[in-house]
Order: sequence, then structure tokens, then C-alpha cells
Amino acid sequence: MSRPSRLPVFPALSRLLHWLMAVMILAMLFIGIGMEASLSNYNWLLSVHRPLGIAILILAAGRLINRQFNPPPPLPSGMPVWLRFAAHASHIGLYGLMFAVPLIGWAMLSAARYPVVLYGGLVLPPILPQNDMVFAVLRSTHTVLAFTLFALILAHIGAALMHAIGFRDGVFQSMASVRRLRPDPASGGQ
Amino acid sequence: MHADPEPAERYRLWPPRRPILAAMATSAIVVAGLAGGLAYAGGLFSPDRLTPSGIVDTFQNVNGVHPGFRRNHTKGACISGTFESTGAGARLSKAVVFAPGTRPVTGRLAVAVGKPFVPDNETLVRSLALRFELPDGEEWRTGMNDIPVFPVPTAQDFNGLLVATAADPATGKPDPARISAFLAAHPKAAGALKRIKERPFTAGFADASYNSLNAFRFIAADGTITPVRWSLVALDSSPADPAGASKPTDPDYLFDDFAARLGRGPVQWRLVATIAQPGDPTDDATQPWPEGRETVDLGTLTVDHIDAEASGNCRDVNFDPLVLPSGIAPSDDPLLSARSAAYSVSFTRRAGEAKTPSEVQFPAKEGNPQ
Repeated sequence: MSRPSRLPVFPALSRLLHWLMAVMILAMLFIGIGMEASLSNYNWLLSVHRPLGIAILILAAGRLINRQFNPPPPLPSGMPVWLRFAAHASHIGLYGLMFAVPLIGWAMLSAARYPVVLYGGLVLPPILPQNDMVFAVLRSTHTVLAFTLFALILAHIGAALMHAIGFRDGVFQSMASVRRLRPDPASGGQ
Repeated sequence: MHADPEPAERYRLWPPRRPILAAMATSAIVVAGLAGGLAYAGGLFSPDRLTPSGIVDTFQNVNGVHPGFRRNHTKGACISGTFESTGAGARLSKAVVFAPGTRPVTGRLAVAVGKPFVPDNETLVRSLALRFELPDGEEWRTGMNDIPVFPVPTAQDFNGLLVATAADPATGKPDPARISAFLAAHPKAAGALKRIKERPFTAGFADASYNSLNAFRFIAADGTITPVRWSLVALDSSPADPAGASKPTDPDYLFDDFAARLGRGPVQWRLVATIAQPGDPTDDATQPWPEGRETVDLGTLTVDHIDAEASGNCRDVNFDPLVLPSGIAPSDDPLLSARSAAYSVSFTRRAGEAKTPSEVQFPAKEGNPQ
């Protein structure tokens, strides 16, 4: 058998950002729900929650910029239309929520007149005027969108495993590979 | 090596090929594991654990739900004035508020009951909360009470105390047997409540002194950590003024007296930090520190204004004791995180509710004797 041909994977910076943010966002969701449920851990979890959220916001912006310079590899040509649509729509949702959830967190704290303390004396400026009704709406929205993000992440992980174990079309390897190239499944490589 | 399927075959979900079944099973296990983990972190599998929402629910069960109002320290009024720092605190804490100088301060006077229309003469604890706005967006918020110690060491015990002292629906009064049982099981609470009862009970807000109760840490510029508690020590003597003595027939006499007192000039307190010695408990607000501990005069609070609660003033501020500037940090007192968490729930609930005007108005409401 001939040596299987190789296909490009995601650029190294894209893979680094993806896996870094995967850990950060999952940790963030667990911290968020954990602090709301705990009297004793509330304060230290909150003190991690705020700077971690702002870090995610900054990295999400960096990731969107990186995507323009380092575009993702194309999806396999054989993928059916419904699956392509699901892939694109879920990624738009993931990107939107990576921005929306931390931005709404910052905005709601602004509307409630809480100082947005990141660390020590480093405090972010408010991005909304004080209004407790606006706070109440944004506070609920923050939770609803965080759960939506969690649901989308679960769908994303489920889909990744379907690609890896079920379809075996190389989509999973294009993000999970540590090398620059991955085998082309169409050429018989796996 | 087996030939790889054609695209149509590769992506076919039904009827499923073996790899598709394996992938679905793996996905289901991973997704269920993560969702279960999140539910665990959210306390879904420990329903008996007291949560921030749970303790606020207890306040609501005991006091009723009063939409738009704080769930505790419900009846209050907004104050403003200045804080003139002596600069003496700067060696203990790098917080800007302790550098020499004068800063504007806002705050809130309240009675420690969860009912917005409670007559003042049915209340036993007064509180004073302050908010210092510092440069670069920093803030220091502190809520203090005119009691020497907190009645219980933990939020769980506070929840128990609220339940034990709640009015019995049958009699409308607390059940002495239930209170005795709670105190017998919580000797720290019994000791603390004795100290609280024995404190000098002042005529009003102006001549009362207010204590942080919880310990905090002052952090100096060189990193030195000093455990402290702080107090506002009244400069008015008690009784404040025989002419302005309490009018028990006025349901808002505490607030009306304070407004009358302000009519004769600003009211002042000294802000004093008490420094712990090694071995003094910082994690137990029921335990006073021994007499004679070193104190540092941080400065003078001057209050010259009182207003009814209204949109955008102290009504809409959460006096969370853990809104701290760099230079002040929480101690290991478990009540601090619990207070912060519970205040946050109370604030979130009332923020979204329609507001009712406060019982406390200036000038005093018609019908109230002046």
C-alpha cells in the first residue's frame, strides 16, 4: 500500500487558543455555578470568576483576529449539507457566546454599581450607567446564556467524538493533532 | 487495512454502522459526565446544604416577602458626609482611604430587621453601612452594627437562629422552648447574645457606636499583614440630647431624631482599628478580643445629610462587606464570604422587583409626631 497522503490541520496558534480556552471556559462554567451554590466558597470563586471572564473575553477577541490570518482547514468534501450547516451554526453560536457572556457579566456589574475588581487595585471602568432594573435583566441573561454556552459545548464535544469515532473523517484530528499534518482518511490512512 | 467507506456511507446515521454506535455511546457518556459534574458543582446532589439562596429564603419565610426591599436591614435611610483620614492607618494598610486627606462618603442607617414598616421601638439592633469611593474605581464598603459581637459564628448557625427565633404562627410570638433548645445546642450563641443584651443601649443612631464584628486583614505597602476589627466610635454622648429624646409614639423616631440632630450640626464618629494579638480569634465573630488591645485612630466620619431612599441612592447599593480596596482583605472568618453571597442574592432579587417608597421620609411622614 502506498504511503497515505497528508492533510493540513488547524494552525498551531489556533489549536493552542482552542485548547487553552476549552479549559478556561469549562472551568469558568463550573466556578460560576459553584459560587452561586456555596456560602463558604463564594468569595474566592468570585475573585477568580471576574479576571478569568475578562481573560476569556480578550482571548476570544484574539481568536477571532487569528482566524482571519490563520483560517481553519476546509471541512471534508464529503460532509453532507445538514452537517456542514450544523458545524457552521454551532461555531457562530460558540463565538457569539464567548463574547456575550463575559461582556454581559461586566455590563451587569456596571449597572449594579459594583466595582469590577480584577486583581488588587486593578478595577475595570463601568460600561453601563447605574440601573438596578437593567442589572436584574442582565443578571438573568448572564445565567441563561452561560447555560446555553454549556449546552453548545456539550454538543460540540459530542460532535467531535462523532467525527473521531463514528465518521473517522479527520475533522477531530485537525484540532486534536499535535503535528502539522494529519493523515487523509480518503487515502486509506487513519 | 479495510477500505474506508464512501462519504454517503461514512456520514450515514441510520441504520447505524458499528463505529457510529460506538461514537454515540462515547458521546453520551462524556456529555452525561460533564452535565452531571456541573449539576454536582451547582449543589443539585446536596439539597440539604445551606446555599446563599437558601438563607435568603429563610429571611423571607420569617419576615414575609417585601418586594423591592432588602431582605434584612430593610428599613433605612441614606446618609452622606466626609471621612477625614488621620494618616495613622497608612502604616498598617496601603489602602488609599487611609492616606491623609478628606474623602466624600455615602452610607445608610438602618434597623436590623427584615420588615420595611417595623416600628423603630420594636428593634434592638441599629446598623450603619458606609461606601468610600476611591480613585481608579476602587471602593470600600462596610456594614457595621451597634453590637459588640455577632450572635453566631457561621451562616448555618445564623440560619438556625433565624428559624429558632421566628414568630410561631399560632401565637404570633417566638417560642421560648425552641429558643432555649437552640441556645443549649449553641453555647457560643448564648454567650454572644448575653453580651449583646448587656451592651449600653443608646438613645438613637447618633450616639451609638458601630462595629465591623468580622475581622479583616490590613495589608501594608511592604506586604505586612495585620488582623484588625474596626469600629465607629460615637462622639455624641448618650443620651444624645434630652430635648431630642426618643418619642416611642413615633414609629420612625430613630430616623426622625437623627434628622433633628443633624439640624443642629453634623454628627461625627471616630473610625478606630483594633489590632489583634497572636491567638486572638479572627475566624469567630462571637468572640470579643481582650480589653486593652492596641487601637489606631484612622480618622473622623462626619455625616451632615440624611435622605429618604430613592432610585439611584443608597437604596440601590449592595453594602457587600467584601467590596474592599487593595490594602484591606478578608480574614478567615467564614461569615464574610457567606454575608457577601447572601447580600448578593438579596440585591439580585430586589433589583428586579417594583419598588415601594420607604417608611422613612424627610420631612417626617404626616401623622408621625415630630
